[in-house]
Amino acid sequence: MIAGRAPAVGEEVAIASNADVVRVRQVVRSAAIAARLSLVDQTKLVTAASELARNTLVHGGGGKAQVETLVQERRSGVRVAFSDQGPGIPDPETALTDGWTSGNGLGLGLGGARRLVDEFDLLTEVGKGTKVVVTKWAR
Amino acid sequence: MTTRVPILKVGHILLVSIQVDLDDQAVMALQEDLSERIVATGARGVIIDITAVEFVDSFIGRMLSTIAGISRMLDAETVVVGMQPAVAITLVELGLTLDGIRTALDLEKGMRLLSAAGTDPASGKRAEA
Repeated sequence: MIAGRAPAVGEEVAIASNADVVRVRQVVRSAAIAARLSLVDQTKLVTAASELARNTLVHGGGGKAQVETLVQERRSGVRVAFSDQGPGIPDPETALTDGWTSGNGLGLGLGGARRLVDEFDLLTEVGKGTKVVVTKWAR
Repeated sequence: MTTRVPILKVGHILLVSIQVDLDDQAVMALQEDLSERIVATGARGVIIDITAVEFVDSFIGRMLSTIAGISRMLDAETVVVGMQPAVAITLVELGLTLDGIRTALDLEKGMRLLSAAGTDPASGKRAEA
């Protein structure tokens, strides 16, 4: 195998309804199994994906999730990117704090999702949208 | 078209076994259906079996807490049974502790917990204190 990152196998899921959030969970679960994540890590990633897909739907007004299985020389993992063209998050640092909620949740969505994954990137611009990229590696 | 989770009545206990991945609408529907059934049947206990549930996120966690709260208001006890270890680990890391929810490892222990609490599944009569 060539050193570095082999081509990722990706799947894109549109998020426009509650049923799509379920579909994201299923696609992420399959990718996590393919990447040989342990059952606990699969569960963590699927749970994080569920929180983030719901955010994309509820706060972002819909968007998409791109699910990639990453295979590197020494490790494999799953990366999921959630993006929307919604209102964006005015204060991302605060939004990542536990207990912070835009109104109808428990305030665990973003901060909780971050704790469940190995890598977490949040890009947001007010009026433009939000992109959250999470990665979980097999141990 | 919302998925409806069947609610079974065993004596004075309502039994719900979640077998499929529910979307948020189905979760809300279950919450409402259960509340109505508690009142309609006069049930004293509710058992929610999550043995087949592969993850519990904040939405489902909140639903479980809400059901427990509503049941209490309606004079019924709720026990969540069958949580998988991976689900428990994830829940705690997510930051959800499901305060106020009673749990048991399996259905049998859940039934026993309810009868110990004074809700005899067979008769529904409360043990006198």
